[in-house]
Amino acid sequence: MRHEISFTVNGERYDITVQSHHTLLQVLREQLVLTGTKNGCSEGECGACTVLMDGEPVNSCLVLGVEADGHEIITVEGLATDGHLAPIQRTMVELGGTQCGFCTPGILIAAHALLQRNPNPSEQEIREGLVGNLCRCTGYMRIIAAVREAARLQQADTLN
Amino acid sequence: MTIKKTTIVGQSFQRVESNAKVTGAAQYVDDLQFGPNLLHGRLKRSPLPHALIKRIDVSKAKALPGVRVVVTGQDYPGLTGLYLSDRPIFAVDRVRFVGEPVAGVAAETPELAEKACDLIEVEYEELPGVFDPEYGASPEAPLIHPNLGEYACAPFIFRRPGTNISNWFKVRKGNMEQGWAEADYIYEHTYRVPQVQHVPLETHATVAQVDGNGKITLWSSSQSPFAQRNLIAKSLGISHSKLRVITPYVGGGFGSKAGVSMEGACVAMALKAKGRPVKLVMSRAEEFYTTFVRQGLVAKIKMGMTKDGRITAMQNTYYWDAGAYTEYGVNITRAAGYSSTGPYYVPNVHADSLCVYTNHPIGGAMRGFGMPEIHWAIEQHIDRMAEHLGLDPVQVRLLNCLKDGQETVTGMPMHPTGLSQCIQKAAEAIGWGKPSQPSGPHKRRGKGIAAMWKAPAMPPNPGSAATIRFNEDGTCLVNIGGVDMGQGTLTIAAQLAAEGLGIPIEDVRVNTVDTDYSPYEWQTVASRITWSMGNAILAAAEEAKMQIIQMVAEVWGENPQDLDIIDGNVVSFATEESIPLKNIVVYGMQKPDGTWVGGPVVGKGRFMPTYVTPLDPETGQGPRAVVHFTTGAQAAEVEVDEETGEVRVIKLVSAYDVGKAINPDMVKTQMEGGAVQGMSTALLEQIILKNGQPLNPTFTDYRIATAVDAPLEMEDIIVEVPQDDGPFGARGIGEHAMVPTAPAIANAVRAAVGVEIDSMPITSEKVWRALREKRGANGNR
Repeated sequence: MRHEISFTVNGERYDITVQSHHTLLQVLREQLVLTGTKNGCSEGECGACTVLMDGEPVNSCLVLGVEADGHEIITVEGLATDGHLAPIQRTMVELGGTQCGFCTPGILIAAHALLQRNPNPSEQEIREGLVGNLCRCTGYMRIIAAVREAARLQQADTLN
Repeated sequence: MTIKKTTIVGQSFQRVESNAKVTGAAQYVDDLQFGPNLLHGRLKRSPLPHALIKRIDVSKAKALPGVRVVVTGQDYPGLTGLYLSDRPIFAVDRVRFVGEPVAGVAAETPELAEKACDLIEVEYEELPGVFDPEYGASPEAPLIHPNLGEYACAPFIFRRPGTNISNWFKVRKGNMEQGWAEADYIYEHTYRVPQVQHVPLETHATVAQVDGNGKITLWSSSQSPFAQRNLIAKSLGISHSKLRVITPYVGGGFGSKAGVSMEGACVAMALKAKGRPVKLVMSRAEEFYTTFVRQGLVAKIKMGMTKDGRITAMQNTYYWDAGAYTEYGVNITRAAGYSSTGPYYVPNVHADSLCVYTNHPIGGAMRGFGMPEIHWAIEQHIDRMAEHLGLDPVQVRLLNCLKDGQETVTGMPMHPTGLSQCIQKAAEAIGWGKPSQPSGPHKRRGKGIAAMWKAPAMPPNPGSAATIRFNEDGTCLVNIGGVDMGQGTLTIAAQLAAEGLGIPIEDVRVNTVDTDYSPYEWQTVASRITWSMGNAILAAAEEAKMQIIQMVAEVWGENPQDLDIIDGNVVSFATEESIPLKNIVVYGMQKPDGTWVGGPVVGKGRFMPTYVTPLDPETGQGPRAVVHFTTGAQAAEVEVDEETGEVRVIKLVSAYDVGKAINPDMVKTQMEGGAVQGMSTALLEQIILKNGQPLNPTFTDYRIATAVDAPLEMEDIIVEVPQDDGPFGARGIGEHAMVPTAPAIANAVRAAVGVEIDSMPITSEKVWRALREKRGANGNR
């Protein structure tokens, strides 16, 4: 079965037809060709497909496309504004938080969401905030450091 | 060797491709767009671990509307393999592991392809299986490869036709009787390592397409585009020039994407797809048990030691659970043989490393290539003996570890190595000998150390090549065949090219691999790329630089020896003249008489080790077994909860002799990532197999370390004792980073609560049971 949906992705409105069994991940990657969001397991365990749905991180492989109807989605492609990287994108580059890069989009989204709801997370809160995102390359230490530094940058921005 | 002062090498530049990776712009195979013409491939797999195929009926699958291609082993009976050609693309008359492909389907949608696979009927006659390598090596075991003697095979692999042993590497060195006689303590024990999986976040992904002229293009998430071209072309009987392999960004490899696994199936389907591209992407479950896994190991160690801690003899037998096909795994067995003592001077050695076929998933290359497995046994064994003799584990290691010029197990003199330094520095950083305070009443802390060595395991003569081409604006393109799967090849290549040419790193762009345009590289494996490809890049830079300097010298009427390129400008030390590279590197220069000299600058370079010798098949001895060894040590501090058996890694220290850190920060990221991967295998990971059936091929049941599990603290120490033939003295570090982690943690657990865990992983349940037994034996808590 097919469904008409209207939703917003990275600030752009889309009116499209989706198949009832297609996930949001498939809709983003295959229909909108936003391939930054990755598929690592298709079962909600690895976090590579994490996107924001109305500001909350979700595994897009566990959300049906039709469920996105009327909602606002942010993917990794939507994190930078006017060509300027978001603080977490900058710190992930500067502190070496990315290696193969396949988990990176999901980690960025999860970290971004964490910093939205908790602007000054403790190290343990950062680790727990990323527990749903597997990374096999970095050993996480640089990612944790990047989130901590992004929190600091964001707070400095707020103060200024 | 003279080491020139460097300005770019030795600096911690950010990864050159970082921005693409944090914006979602970096494209991996599954991100490439092929339009509505794309067909979706699926593989029909064996549900049985060992069986004869009596009949395959694909008629219902072929009749399903939307199904375009159905292929079976009858269509492509050729065998392939890196060192031993024992592996078909699709099973032909026999299946040897659960998940072995028996047919492939390409259809208009993934759902149709899946449905068509279900419609393929296969009739099997089940055969008795082999699920333990020690049994598999025995004469009672059923034969898994009756034709072992007929397979094409590399000359340094010693198979035993008529058995399940596809390689038997032997070491016979010194005099064992004398070695045992000199020992004050002899201890013998058996250790086990299960099969585990690499778990790259990106599963294997391929797209293949055949054009109207018969040219095949394979887009492949691969560490080995050139080896894939070679092996697939040979197994299909086509010319290398008719097969092109393109590898964009790769989402992690760790050895799983070395050689060939499922890629041949994609090409086989594309050959019958009438020009349409066919995509084949492994599901996570398929990734867990159908491409490659790490071989399992049963290690029997017998070691003699004097009362002051000197190792007098070692008798080691390694039974490798190599799985259904050992085309790649045979060389892991060999590497384990020529490294069988660990990084120690042992005068008397009797070692047998046996590659045993089992009806388990296929063992292949995984980060460490046999070394994490054998060090799990050796490094725990040393600690147990040290304790028995009342000796300090660090001192025992310092006493026995290989020093410059001492003979290795194969009779090769050890090259200059910083191994002793690594052991000392790791011990110091963990606070060796200093107790630390547990965080609660039922918790105990302990510290452990383990040393390691590892050589690049490969044929004697794997080659690398590189080219450098300049653009009009003075920037350049570096083409290499090495793959960046996250470890940093692109950045290291850029740094070496910039340093060699004398231009800023911002002016260097390094391309990902396309076998039609990139120069040859054997494979991105064995931690050999920085060393081998690095040498090729420096040679290419030197050639390009000479083209530029000779041109400028001719126009200026100067001696080329007075000129150099600094920060993108040709400068003369004699006349203090200077000219930017812009324009002259493509258009050449005009001489005072109005004529021209030069032309587009293209530098090419290559490297291949020429000095590795064969080893005697009966003794394993020879002048030079390997190119070099990277050595190092790790130390761990753990906290064990005595009530639950849980092990928390508090701190992990890594110290490695990398020869020269081209990019120190990236060396450290390898150390950290490898240590956490090692920790994850040490504490969590195992493919649970019951009669060959994998029981946990999901992330729910096969846990890998998360951000919560990562150590609270890590420290990375770089030791630099230069490699005589390394670029600026560099050696590899990619794999070594996880080699000693598991035994270091095991030794720390033992130090904390006195329990010995012989089989990886050190689960809470095993620790809890061992603690309970220990209390029972003591009669109290």
